[in-house]
Amino acid sequence: MATIALGVDDVRARTFPFPARHFTSAADLDRDALAALLDLADGFVALNREKAKKLDLLKGRTLMNLFFENSTRTQSSFELAGKRLGADVVNMSPRASSMSKGETLIDTAVTLNAMRPDLLVVRHSASGAASLLAQKVSCSVINAGDGQHEHPTQALLDALSMRRAFGRVEGLTVAICGDVLHSRVARSNVLTLQLLGARVRLVGPATLMPVGADRWGAEVFHDLRRGVADADVVMMLRLQLERMTGSLVPSTREYFRFFGLDREKLARAKPTVKVMHPGPMNRGVEIDSDVADDVAISLIQDQVEMGVAVRMAVLTSLAARLDND
Amino acid sequence: MPAPRPIALVNARLVDPASGYDGPGSVLAASGVISDVLQKPAIEGLSPEIETVDCGGAMLAPGLVDIRVKTGEPGAETKETLKSAARAAAAGGVTSIVVQPDTEPAVDEPSVVDFILRRARDIGLSKVYPAGAATKGLAGQEMAEIGLMREAGCLYVTDVDRPITNSQVMRRAMTYAHGFGVPFAHRPADPSLSELTAAHESEFAARMGLVAGPAIGERIMLERDLALAELTGATLIVDQLSTGDALESLERAKAKGLNVRATVSINHLSFNEIDIGDYRTFYKLSPPLRGEDDRQALVEALAGGLIDVVVSAHAPAPAEDKRLPFDEAAPGAVGLETLLPALLGLHHERRAPLIDLMAAVTLKPARLLGLDAGALAKGAPADLVVCDIGAPVKVDADRLISKSKNSPFDGRSLQGKVMLTLVDGRIVHDARV
Repeated sequence: MATIALGVDDVRARTFPFPARHFTSAADLDRDALAALLDLADGFVALNREKAKKLDLLKGRTLMNLFFENSTRTQSSFELAGKRLGADVVNMSPRASSMSKGETLIDTAVTLNAMRPDLLVVRHSASGAASLLAQKVSCSVINAGDGQHEHPTQALLDALSMRRAFGRVEGLTVAICGDVLHSRVARSNVLTLQLLGARVRLVGPATLMPVGADRWGAEVFHDLRRGVADADVVMMLRLQLERMTGSLVPSTREYFRFFGLDREKLARAKPTVKVMHPGPMNRGVEIDSDVADDVAISLIQDQVEMGVAVRMAVLTSLAARLDND
Repeated sequence: MPAPRPIALVNARLVDPASGYDGPGSVLAASGVISDVLQKPAIEGLSPEIETVDCGGAMLAPGLVDIRVKTGEPGAETKETLKSAARAAAAGGVTSIVVQPDTEPAVDEPSVVDFILRRARDIGLSKVYPAGAATKGLAGQEMAEIGLMREAGCLYVTDVDRPITNSQVMRRAMTYAHGFGVPFAHRPADPSLSELTAAHESEFAARMGLVAGPAIGERIMLERDLALAELTGATLIVDQLSTGDALESLERAKAKGLNVRATVSINHLSFNEIDIGDYRTFYKLSPPLRGEDDRQALVEALAGGLIDVVVSAHAPAPAEDKRLPFDEAAPGAVGLETLLPALLGLHHERRAPLIDLMAAVTLKPARLLGLDAGALAKGAPADLVVCDIGAPVKVDADRLISKSKNSPFDGRSLQGKVMLTLVDGRIVHDARV
């Protein structure tokens, strides 16, 4: 896709008020808003590649990163996004273990709300934590991952990476592979990709497939070889180490044998296939380094770059909504 | 091994559950496979190159497939080796056996599966297939490498005599196995009711002063297993039903259309608790011999097709493990050499048609495990048994081929002599005189 040099004015022109006050689920966006958001993010990609990256679109706004779970990647992505837009960024990392969940989460929210942030980015180990916070604060809440539920900005950056690689998302066959059961990335991606017209497959051992996944509008496979056959995109999910020791999967070697992505299995996908991974990767468990590091097929580095751009788009759009309210 | 000479088995009573044919016929085998099946006693124009065997009206059927056989290899070779088990199987007309994974080391990873298959190839007698453990070390905690074992050639997974009590472990293992298309066998026994017991709870056991477990322990676990089969969609093999009570649960599950198949051991079809008599440990089995009502119900369930498969439950135990007080003796009985004549007893007693009884030891177990066996069909492996079903045999444990002699049939008179066993067209047992 030819890169058109976009300037700040283009970005301003593309800015629109976010359709909801909060962004807690990929389902908060309809197809038009989703496309518009990706267009806006495209603009930020161009700006981020300039030497001077600092903008003032969020000048005077306060962005608070509230990460109950550690995440270097997502947290710094939001932090960079906020800073490049000129917002004041505060990082908070309350230790989830020392808190009794629920009650203290709300206490924290009320306390933080009193500091009058404009945008609150939340990562929490409990599904629904972002929604709960959204009900208790007056600022905009962005879900940066809640338990096994959703991670909507990840789905956006994945969609943007695909759109830039293929020129479209519609009609692509995307195989999401691995630990679907515990994956918020998978859940958000299913929603977002289907909205954009992709054919989504879910691939993984039966023990790591959510009950009723076949009714998500996606095709379910328990065999990676068949699951990636003729796929345009193979998206590998991370398998948590504690899940490899017998309760859900017998062993690392068995997992890699049947569900790890290597050249041999990937050869069944389309020749133009692109490989994605939300990171951090377990090399030799869900993905072979040989595949992960092949710049000709891997979009993994693009995903990181797109992450900052889509988060800038989301923040800008949510702030535009705050301006209107 | 060189290819065996073509062989014509003529003038036989063909019993082929796959086609439903029971009548006069002949079979021609060449290059290890059945090259022709004729529904007439003679084959005309046979070349002199072909070895011709006149079966004299004896039954000619597919070789038996016994899906529950224990040996002592690896780990306890004094009890039984894969080779001695394969020889015993051949003598009993059993051409395929599935050996159990409760060995030392356990068959819970692919290299042990591979070991057994390599040994089996070298033996060149009856075919030996491994079952894999469902959980590591059969400990009921962590899933074994079911996928890798399947790839290496295991036919199903089971923790053999150790029921998996943790329902979460069981659910996940069944789900996982199902994802790989691997059948899951489980012994329906609630260990909290059956652990450390030596007999079936009854008035008889009470008078004998034996530590006994109630029949209901079987149904309790079976109900859970069936519920999990329904939840997971897995293929469940109910391992050795022994109580009439549990049959009702099985019937309901089958009526619901669940993927469930049940086995019964030849011992539970042949004996009841009274056979224990004066604390004879050769009748100590796991599950224990039950009451006569249970035995009758099992026979009826087999005749009616509710029970699918009959197994020998071959479990060799040397004298030192059996010559102990009843409570302390090892459970189990050898059975490969007596499976067929004992099963034929039900035919002689007119409890079930011969062809249905044979289906339970040939076609049905083969289909259940996807084996190319159990049928007299052109192109199928020439795994065959010729058995004079009326001939009397007196079981003499000392003359059994098994390394262990713990047969509950010792001294009993049965009817049905295995004359000839062929595996891949090769004679592996010949009792013709």
